[in-house]
Amino acid sequence: MGAIITVPILRLAWKSLLNRWVTVGLTLFSIALSVMLLMGVERLRVEARESFANTLSGTDLIAGARTGGVQLLLYSVFRLGHATNNISWESYLDIAAQKSVAWTVPISLGDSHRGYRVLGTTAEYFKHYRYAVNEHLAFDQGQSFSDLYDAVLGAEVAKKLGYELGEAIIIAHGASDVSFARHDDKPFKVVGVLKRTGTPVDRTVHVSLEAIEAIHIDWQNGAPLPGLSTSAEQARSKDLTPKAITAVLMGLKSKILTFKMQRFINDYKEEPLTAILPGVALSELWSVIGIAENALLIISAFVVIVGLFGMLTVLLASLNERRREMAILRSVGARPGHIFGLIMGETAALTLGGISLGLGLLYGLLFIARPMIEAHYGIHVPIGGLTHYELLLLGIVMLAGFVVGALPAYRAYRLSLADGLSMRI
Amino acid sequence: MPVLVLDELCIEQGERVFIEGPSGSGKSTLLSLLSGVVVPQQGTLHVLGQQLEQLNGIQRDHFRAHHVGYIFQLFNLIPYLSVMDNVMLPCRFSKIRHVRALQRSSTLEIEAQRLLGQLDIAGKLWHFPVTTLSVGQQQRVAAARALMGAPELLIADEPTSSLDGNRRKAFLRLLFDECEQMGSTVVFVSHDVSLEKQFDRTIHLAAINRASTQAVWERS
Repeated sequence: MGAIITVPILRLAWKSLLNRWVTVGLTLFSIALSVMLLMGVERLRVEARESFANTLSGTDLIAGARTGGVQLLLYSVFRLGHATNNISWESYLDIAAQKSVAWTVPISLGDSHRGYRVLGTTAEYFKHYRYAVNEHLAFDQGQSFSDLYDAVLGAEVAKKLGYELGEAIIIAHGASDVSFARHDDKPFKVVGVLKRTGTPVDRTVHVSLEAIEAIHIDWQNGAPLPGLSTSAEQARSKDLTPKAITAVLMGLKSKILTFKMQRFINDYKEEPLTAILPGVALSELWSVIGIAENALLIISAFVVIVGLFGMLTVLLASLNERRREMAILRSVGARPGHIFGLIMGETAALTLGGISLGLGLLYGLLFIARPMIEAHYGIHVPIGGLTHYELLLLGIVMLAGFVVGALPAYRAYRLSLADGLSMRI
Repeated sequence: MPVLVLDELCIEQGERVFIEGPSGSGKSTLLSLLSGVVVPQQGTLHVLGQQLEQLNGIQRDHFRAHHVGYIFQLFNLIPYLSVMDNVMLPCRFSKIRHVRALQRSSTLEIEAQRLLGQLDIAGKLWHFPVTTLSVGQQQRVAAARALMGAPELLIADEPTSSLDGNRRKAFLRLLFDECEQMGSTVVFVSHDVSLEKQFDRTIHLAAINRASTQAVWERS
């Protein structure tokens, strides 16, 4: 068919599209929307994965009672589910005293406040807990706990529940907030609110390990012991050294020691323990929930296909009424190849235009929605250039557009061969 | 079953021929043959010294682009192009016609405007969308397009059937003036016999087409 896409043919294709601007505009818009959806989903997917992987950083090992790696990660980092067992305080002290250990942050879970998990820990937590690329926790208001009954709130807790510094809060026993299992004899005071991190820290109420011990003085097996009642003030004078903790986050002096330390904990003689590398467990977990993310991408790919089929319909539907036009073109010397090129040119313009408009819409939307996404989900969506993968996706869309366009182009080609200069109208 | 069987038909260069015949007499087929859209199943076809049945489809498309101007009965114009763009269209597909148009005027636009002026299309219409033109105006624009780049053969397929009597005569006069200047051969098909005296010769297709005689014989 030789050089079928020539400058006059492209000019014709362009003018023909302009002439049908309403249908062309709608087709363009539907392709643009589908491209925008595809790119938007892809971008969110990548950012969600990044954000997920950024939940915890700078921690070399997490140790807990013997359990699966993903379970340990879920309850110690994501505050999901429950620990089935604890680490005894003695074991914790022993592990923390190992030569290769640089720092440890013990955490104790089990209580909640109005749907948010309560985490017992030490002030070290605010020093060593890091997320994203080595971001430290920072205080939006107030400071770390100094008194026994002080609490530090995550950003979301403070915002959703409308708490301010100095307010009193009651912690409930267990994950569900029911009235008969409240530690209402020992109220806490809000002394600090953390800056938003986009991690589960935002949804956590932080108190000291000693406080966790204090509120459970009169409790056994999840219920208050009848007849016993130690007041908040009396509790201060008691020995509040924890008997057990849920897990421990630790940093090592050298990364090389990580596996050695992991083995040491996994083979710990005194009690059965598990140590995990957070990065490994995070990617393991992502491989499970990543299926949903892929499903989303597949759905948006189908939306693109639907968009392209819309274009196919429009082009095919217009062919019959354009047979006269094709015959005129043939009469002035256009070859059937030119007719093929004309329709292909229109397809290319529609697809390219749809992709460009889609990207424009995407960037516009990102620009508007970015602050909202960041505020609500803690996902930071950068407005950067296109990644290689995104360019590849767009290339596939372009190619699919050409394949779809080849169909009406071939049909027009056949029709113009059959019709010649005489077409019945 | 052939629709057109001719022992011989000869049209001289520069001649103005009127081809008359009822529908079904093979007029469209004759025009398709002359413009190189189809080739004869048997026999030979010489147009402007070219033996068309020996050319392949693309060569015949080139032949048509370079040497044939064609006017349809109706709806001759590409709706999304302006009057000027429609007239200049043949030069976009043929270098030869492009060059010949430039031999007459300094630019394609000036040549197109010259032809439109000759065919009585007012200057204010030149950049209008073609859909705003009357049928008569459209047919004259189509004639200007067919004459653009001075093709040796002008084929007109009942171009005046949608015009009334006076306009028909005017249209023909404008067409002939221009063809005479260019030395083009005119093959004009119509079933309106009132036009035939303006031509050099009339060919009654039904009389010489043995296929239609056979069909008529078979029917009766």
